[in-house]
Amino acid sequence: MKLSYYPGCSLEGTAADYAASIAGVAELLGLTLAELPDWNCCGASAAHSLDEAAARALPVRNLRLAQTVGLDVVAPCALCFNRLKAGAKALAAEGERPTFRVWDLLDLLTQPYFLQRMADLRARPLTGLQAVCYYGCLVNRPPHITDAANPENPGNMEKLLQVLGATPLEWSFKTDCCGAGLAVARPDLIDRLVQRLYDRALRAGAECLVVSCQMCQANLDLPQARISRQAGKKYELPVLYFTELIALALGHPEVPRWLARHLVDPRPLLTAKGLL
Amino acid sequence: MAESLAFALAENLAAAGLAVDTCYQCRKCSNGCPLVFAMDLPPDRVIRLALLGGEAELLACRTIWVCSSCETCTTRCPNGIDIAGVMDWLKEQAVAKGAAVPEPEVRDFHRAFLGAVKLMGGRLSEPVVMALYTLKGGRWLTKLRRSAAAGELATALGLLKRRRLPLTPPPRLGGAGEVARILRRW
Ligand code: SF4
Ligand code: SF4
Repeated sequence: MKLSYYPGCSLEGTAADYAASIAGVAELLGLTLAELPDWNCCGASAAHSLDEAAARALPVRNLRLAQTVGLDVVAPCALCFNRLKAGAKALAAEGERPTFRVWDLLDLLTQPYFLQRMADLRARPLTGLQAVCYYGCLVNRPPHITDAANPENPGNMEKLLQVLGATPLEWSFKTDCCGAGLAVARPDLIDRLVQRLYDRALRAGAECLVVSCQMCQANLDLPQARISRQAGKKYELPVLYFTELIALALGHPEVPRWLARHLVDPRPLLTAKGLL
Repeated sequence: MAESLAFALAENLAAAGLAVDTCYQCRKCSNGCPLVFAMDLPPDRVIRLALLGGEAELLACRTIWVCSSCETCTTRCPNGIDIAGVMDWLKEQAVAKGAAVPEPEVRDFHRAFLGAVKLMGGRLSEPVVMALYTLKGGRWLTKLRRSAAAGELATALGLLKRRRLPLTPPPRLGGAGEVARILRRW
């Protein structure tokens, strides 16, 4: 299976670990991700906050590039996915319908075909790993842009974890906002939102959080030391990409190297579970 | 009429696909909003004021800048009002009209982001956006004084050690000129 791949800017930068795990998983699953030639930044929150015309034109340029390739497009970042979908909806409103589909990577990899492949290829079930799935905001919301069937209570990541043999825990905060867009300008605000998520995850019995977006990952992983300092109690919740868990269960040899690039080191937990 | 009713704001919003006139003040938007604790006007009041023409108050409020664009309100409004979209529209107006912005950090970060994408030829470089943002208006001095710089430096070093700070700029795109035209205002 071959798709156009829109990695987004941060996968060339701070989310190099996510990028590596995606490449590893694609290889294991026989999925060819052909990077969209000359793709540009989607404009992110900056564009839709200050310049609606640019917020539309930037993803539309990417969609036109994708149209010349003609394959479905997959984006691993929630915000990139959301902006591409918004661009596609804007074009559709003017009667220009792209002939391809825009996928969020988690949605793509939890289609029955891939879940079956993972079940077949599973080398090491993630037995005993207690995790909460954290979807964040923009993969699912707002549904008139994302076409998410169940924006308030998505379940595809839980289903994936079950296939991998892990134990997904129920919690009510899987789509609560972590404030990632404000991380630089108002870190005080995100500290409050993020600490609340840690507390709720712990209360649910979680040993780690699983995410499908590098902004959620960074926003939950990077400030953990700072939030611990301020709160006067130590939080140590690894924040794993769903792709890392797929690769771990399917026995990809590079997983420990990707995990070493997180700030909260997930290796002690996974070693204690006998998974590394 | 002694006082003129200011319908222009609601009409302009409607023209931008952001009609607010069906709001019946159920406050579902505000009740689900994760950042309402940091706002000076809860989202339902923003919509009400938009309907009543309270333009000056809205363009100067804190709410539109601390809104994280999480889209919870827009997803839940029983009347299909795009509240998050209204927040964005107001931000753009506030900047265009030179309103006094109570959260200059948020505005400047967005500006630095768009400026960095244009400068680097079409893709974002995270170190460049941080540099543009931090250098702006002596912000590094404020940071040093608040000793926020130490924490940020520790995070940056943590990323560097883990080979997650990109040391080479993103490639300049073939379409750099096209992107620069799209972002000409920044
Ligand atoms: S949820 Fe919609 S109808 Fe209810 S107060 Fe908010 S904007 Fe008005
Ligand atoms: S989009 Fe903004 S106003 Fe709406 S719920 Fe999220 S933070 Fe609150």
